[in-house]
Amino acid sequence: MSLIIKNLCVNHGSIEAIHDLSFKVEPGELVAIIGANGAGKTTLLRTLSSLKSPASGSATWDDSDILNKKPEDLVRQGILHVSDGKTVIPELTVKENLSLGGLWRKDKQDVALATNEVLDLFPILSERASQRADTLSGGERQMLAIGRALIARPKLLLLDEPSLGLAPLIIDQIFSAIKALRNRLGLTVLLVEQNAMGALGIADRGIIINLGKLVAEAKAKDLINDPGLSAAYLGF
Amino acid sequence: MRLLSTLLIGISSGSIYALMALALVLVWRSTRVVNFAQAGQAIASTYIGYVVITHTNNYWLALPVAIMAGALIGALSDILLIRPLNKRITSGPVKEIAPVIATLGLLGLIRSLVGVIWGGDLKRYNAPVSINGFTFGHTTIPFSRFNLLIVFTAVAVMAIFAFVFQRTGLGLALRASAFQPEIARLAGVRVDLVRTVGWAIAGATGAIAGVLITPSTSLSPNSLDLLLVLGFVSAVIGGLESLIGAAIGGAILGIGLALILEYVSTSLAFPAAFIVLMLVLIIKPSGILGSKAGRDA
Repeated sequence: MSLIIKNLCVNHGSIEAIHDLSFKVEPGELVAIIGANGAGKTTLLRTLSSLKSPASGSATWDDSDILNKKPEDLVRQGILHVSDGKTVIPELTVKENLSLGGLWRKDKQDVALATNEVLDLFPILSERASQRADTLSGGERQMLAIGRALIARPKLLLLDEPSLGLAPLIIDQIFSAIKALRNRLGLTVLLVEQNAMGALGIADRGIIINLGKLVAEAKAKDLINDPGLSAAYLGF
Repeated sequence: MRLLSTLLIGISSGSIYALMALALVLVWRSTRVVNFAQAGQAIASTYIGYVVITHTNNYWLALPVAIMAGALIGALSDILLIRPLNKRITSGPVKEIAPVIATLGLLGLIRSLVGVIWGGDLKRYNAPVSINGFTFGHTTIPFSRFNLLIVFTAVAVMAIFAFVFQRTGLGLALRASAFQPEIARLAGVRVDLVRTVGWAIAGATGAIAGVLITPSTSLSPNSLDLLLVLGFVSAVIGGLESLIGAAIGGAILGIGLALILEYVSTSLAFPAAFIVLMLVLIIKPSGILGSKAGRDA
């Protein structure tokens, strides 16, 4: 099962946010999309989870078209999008936020099993189970959002800036959790980040986009070590 | 005794306002639509209940039939009217107002249809239990067995609401879709379907209010218009976001109105509702449970 994107163009209002973007994510691969604010990263993920319609181009997962579908149908195909910023429902408790991820699933036994796995992975969620989600710290919210996605038994995770607004120590924790999940569950992960160092540190491959266009695509290690790129786009 | 019986009557009429307010709040927080057609949905359901009563003379059969009719009409209103509008109009000031105007149109449409089918004359049916007030020794108070039934029914409906919303998957889906539809979608919730269920529950609740209030008044195509206004006032008193707030708002309005009618003047019914509303909003501008916390319930 791979994710194949071909000649994708997406408009954001009257601006072309994504221009002629093509790339592929292999099964089980962790690919980081790096770009500054406004590079089109969030638009890309919103298009891939059908929250947004593209202007042209195609995207397939497991050989089936995923553009212009309903987000809730893509969830049933194993595509889980953890959006940036508002990732959890503040009015609901931690437990309710988690339960939400398994509501659609018929196999309630496996939902219970998946929930326990999530609570083992992020024990803090267990402690905070009956608290409202808006009492959580940024890192805990991110864990909750990723945990909710895991309860759906995802095959493809689309992660939008999980490091956003987090303290450096917490960022490390979240990134290593993502890597560990990929390794253990064999997930395919498309990770969109401004934090180039952190994301490339765990990714197999990196794609740099700027103003909606692909600038560079290479092994994550090579991108980190490319002095020209790092000066121009990565900010280190 | 006079005060106590006024309070009891206030709680009884407040129970019906609360039911209407619950219906309005449910639609408001799940689809952000101020649903004027709630009175139309309720009146159509009540007429259907009336048909059952005139044929079977059985109030207890009429109530569930009206509830089902209300649920169906509510669901259809969403599917045929609100959903297409929301799909076509995705931005601009029209997006906010178009569904509201559409519900006004639907209210007119349903009232006309009801008038064509059943005529404009006043219909009546009897309450299932006595409407004569309870007697204690030598005094008879206005509060009757039927008033007690109304209060009991409203409390039962609220208990069911509380259970469904706090303890079931459907309730979780309803709340999630109301608070953050996009996150709910990304978690796999079929938000459109859940919203339609919300409209259906609201339609059913409005039907209960209509069937309960009619024995004390009479039935005509616009006989529930005042109830719609009082339901709105209750919902706003309660903060518009909260189901518990709607219940409390109904009780406050019911008691406030009863007190004004009993101690000031019986000709003040309509303005009195707004006096109560103004008093509450001056004291607490966001309504009783209008803060973010109100959305919990």
